[in-house]
Formats: sequence, C-alpha cells, structure tokens
Amino acid sequence: MSEIPESLKYSEEHEYIGPTDADDEVIVGITDYAQGELGDVVYVELPAPGDTFRRMDVFGTIEAVKAVSEMYSPVSGEVLAVNEAIDEDPALVNSDPYGAGWMVRFKVEDASELEELLSADAYRLLIEE
Amino acid sequence: MPEHEVVRHYTEISLKNHHVDRALYPLGSCTMKYNPKVNEQMARLSGFAGLHPFAPAEAAQGALGLMHELGELLCEVAGMDSISLQPAAGAQGELTGVLLMRAYHRARGDEGRRRVLIPDSAHGTNPATVALAGFEVVELRSNEAGRLDLDSLRSVLDADVAGLMLTNPNTLGVFESEILEISELVHGSGGLMYMDGANLNALMGIARPGDMGYDIVHLNLHKTFSTPHGGGGPGAGPVAVKARLAPFLPTPGLKKEGESYALDWDRPESIGKIHGFYGNFGVLVRAYTYLRMLGRDGVRETAEAAVLNNAYMSARLEERFPLPYGRGMHESVYSGAELKRRTGVKTLDVAKRLLDYGFHAPTIYFPLIVSEALMTEPTETETREELDRYADALIAIADEAEHDPELVTGAPHATPVTRLDEGRAGRRLDVRWSFDNDA
Repeated sequence: MSEIPESLKYSEEHEYIGPTDADDEVIVGITDYAQGELGDVVYVELPAPGDTFRRMDVFGTIEAVKAVSEMYSPVSGEVLAVNEAIDEDPALVNSDPYGAGWMVRFKVEDASELEELLSADAYRLLIEE
Repeated sequence: MPEHEVVRHYTEISLKNHHVDRALYPLGSCTMKYNPKVNEQMARLSGFAGLHPFAPAEAAQGALGLMHELGELLCEVAGMDSISLQPAAGAQGELTGVLLMRAYHRARGDEGRRRVLIPDSAHGTNPATVALAGFEVVELRSNEAGRLDLDSLRSVLDADVAGLMLTNPNTLGVFESEILEISELVHGSGGLMYMDGANLNALMGIARPGDMGYDIVHLNLHKTFSTPHGGGGPGAGPVAVKARLAPFLPTPGLKKEGESYALDWDRPESIGKIHGFYGNFGVLVRAYTYLRMLGRDGVRETAEAAVLNNAYMSARLEERFPLPYGRGMHESVYSGAELKRRTGVKTLDVAKRLLDYGFHAPTIYFPLIVSEALMTEPTETETREELDRYADALIAIADEAEHDPELVTGAPHATPVTRLDEGRAGRRLDVRWSFDNDA
C-alpha cells in the first residue's frame, strides 16, 4: 500500500536515502510508510547546515498527532542543507514525503555505509513483517 | 436573563461533554473510576472549604489532623515511612520524587550519578521528569512478556545510575514479577527505586511498593483514591518514601506533638517547597473520605474488583482485538494492527466510532511498543452490564470495519462536531479566546 520507489535506498529506521547530482551527496527524508504510521505531522525539528553526525546519531525529531519520534542519521556526514519549507508547512511530509517533504541533504563521509542500506525490496519485506 | 435560561445553558453544555456520571470512561492508565458524591459533600463542609490558608495551626487542627491521618493511611497502603501531600498531581509528584533522588545522592557526596533508567513502555512524563531534573534518560527494553528485560538492566547498571523509575504493574498492565530481583540489582549498584503509582489501583490492599524494594512512590489521589479528574485538575500526587529519604521531603512537613498537629518548617535538608500552601487540600479531603468509607477490606476488594473487571473485559474482546502482551491486571493493551491490515480501519477510527456509541474514546497509540494500541481500564466501579455494553460496542465496530469500513473511518457521526483536523490544530495552535473571533 505504501509507496516505495525503486530508485531509493532505505534504513531500518524508516528513512529513505536518495541520490543527487553529486556522487557523495544524498537527500534524506522519512518514507511514505513512516508518515502513514505517524499520522499528521505537526512539527519537524531539523539540524543546521554544517552540523555533522555519525551513523545512527539522532539528527532531528518529528512531532505528529500520535507521537514524537526521533530521526536517526542513516549515514555519517555533514549537513549541507535542510528543507526550510517544512518548517512553514509540516504537512508536506505527509503529502509528498519523497518530493517536497524531503528533510536534509548530507555530504556522505564514507561511501561504504551506503552499501549497508536496504533496497526497495528489502524495505518492503521489513514493513510487511 | 431568567434563572432557568442560565440553568438550561449549563445543562446543555454538560450534555455535550462526556463524563463518568454519564457512562463508562475507558481511558487506560488513567483510572477513570466513579467518584462517590459523599467525597464532594465532605470537601464542601464549611470548616474545610472556608478555612483560610493563612489560618494559624491552632485554628486549623481539624484540617491538619485530616492531612496527618491521610498521610498515615497512604503510607500504610504504600508500605512507606514518610510522606508529603504537597505535589499537585502525577507529573509534579514524579518531579518531587526525582529531586528527592538527587538530594539523597548529593547528601552522600555521590555526585557522579547522572543517569536514570526508564523502560520503553513507560509513560512519557517519566523521561520528561528526568530531563527536567537535570538527569540523563536511559531507555531499557521490555522483553517478550512485556516486562523489564533484566539483561538490559544489568548491562547499564553502574556507579553513574541514580535510580530506576518503574511503574508496577507497568503501562501494559503487566505485573513486574521479577521486581525483587530488580530492586536488589539497582540497590546493589547504589541506585534508588522509584515507583510511578499510576497503576496502584491493581495492587492496593494486596501488595505494597515498599515491600517490593521501592524507595520512593507517588500516588495519584485523583486516580486511585477517587477524586475527580480529567478536566485539568486539581489533582494531588503525594510522594511517600522510606525513612532514609524522609529528611529531603518538601517543606513544610506535618508533625503530631502530643494531641495537636503542627507544621514543621525546620527541615534543613529538604528539597524545598513544591506547591503553594499545603497542596490541593480539597482533593486530600476527598481521598481521606474515600479511604475511610472503604476501610481496610474495602481497599483490597477495590483492587480485586478492578482486576476482575478487566479480566472479564479482556476475555470478551481478545478474539477481535488481540493482546500482544496478554491480559493485564487492571488494564489491557489491545492491538488493532490486524484489523487495520485487513480492513484499512485504524485504531483512531475505532476510537472515534466509539463516541457514536456514547462512550469516551479509550487511550490509543500508547504505550508505543504496541502497534495500533488501544488501551482500556474498566475500573472496579462499573457493573457487568456496563462492561458488556462497552464490549458489545467494540465488537460491533469491528464488524462494521469488515462490512462497511467507511462508516468507521468517517466517524464520529452523532457528536456535535465530527472528525476534527488534529493535524491543523497542532500546527496552528489557537488556544486564546479573542473577542475578534468570528466563531
């Protein structure tokens, strides 16, 4: 039922990792499944450009009507940009998680970490469990 | 305006609300039991209700005596040595308890204890309290039975742990049957045991937190001891402790000298004042009345009936709403995950549809470790007929989800307002009345 684009990679914490025009830069957001489970998103707290995170560090929090969840960095690296539009309109995370609802653009420190992420098929299996 | 117009206005408003005087109020973890009206009558006695908070102790002996006796009764129920009646409710009781923890370690020169352990099933106020008191939260896993995982506990216990906050029975309604071993482990590493008394209704008169190894417990008078709540208070969250923590309790204390009672301000190690004057006194009168009306046997029978009622409710519902962690003691956490997978109807929709059947919605999506959680605590005050009415409604809604899902996902239909936009309400907070409002 949830949309899981083939072109993206996924983390077990329900983030997606998408390619950009630069090899060592990725876009991170939460999956369609995650936004559906959370319900209406009310507020998203994002890091500042220049912040650095190790893999699995908490890089932000997402507040929905049901619960507040932490978001875990799927890779180690530096924040290059954040999506300021979702500060104004957090509903973008619900309506267009893979597009206008993106969250952070990371510069990837260690490309081998990308290899450990889940494929679309593997992520589908995870959420069907 | 004629008097009867005013009466009609308020009666109309009261009927738009749901309250325990209308029907069962099935929130889990909140213990929405019926509040006997005699409690109200006692709280309204002019000697209590008209007492000035600055009245000197010699002119307030009745009130101080009631507080002293209530303290002793609550200590007896909790298995503790000393108590403060000041905290205004559960969360403030928690804060008081964790500040006591901090004061205790500091007084011993044990400054390095900066972490407090909390299981992943806990109520959100637990970690919030810990953070507010300046400690760091460490989350512990629950095992497959819904109990605290002992290996998870052992792996984090060391000299920087100030204590463990553990509700018992926990938020799944499951009794922490390894509590004695847990207490021994925590005490062995120098930490303290804190019990969130939210679920004492399952135990009172039967088992005592003090005997389980707890050092600190807060009691929710507005839940367990039947004073009204749900409208934002006032409540009361007295904190009871073992003797070694008594010197740190809030100021003023209460002492009995011969046949008279006095406030005790001479408490040099106290964490200080927690609430204006002496707490929410009217709530204390209600709780005292409740305990005196029940007596020792009545307190025990209350807990037994609360557990029995929930066992009955669980047995009626578990086929349609599975219990991932089994039947709880006084409350059970059902899962709507299977219903959602099959029909697309979420627990939120089921809760909204219950409003059409004349009930308050249960607690949903909490605790977080149960998918599509629906938590219900029937309490001891409901009759079998009322329990059946609620179970019948939930089963009817499960049937509706199978045959006519839109009926459920579009609910409520019979309320003054229908499905509200909770997302928008959260994003565009508007909590202040303005005379410019069109509405």
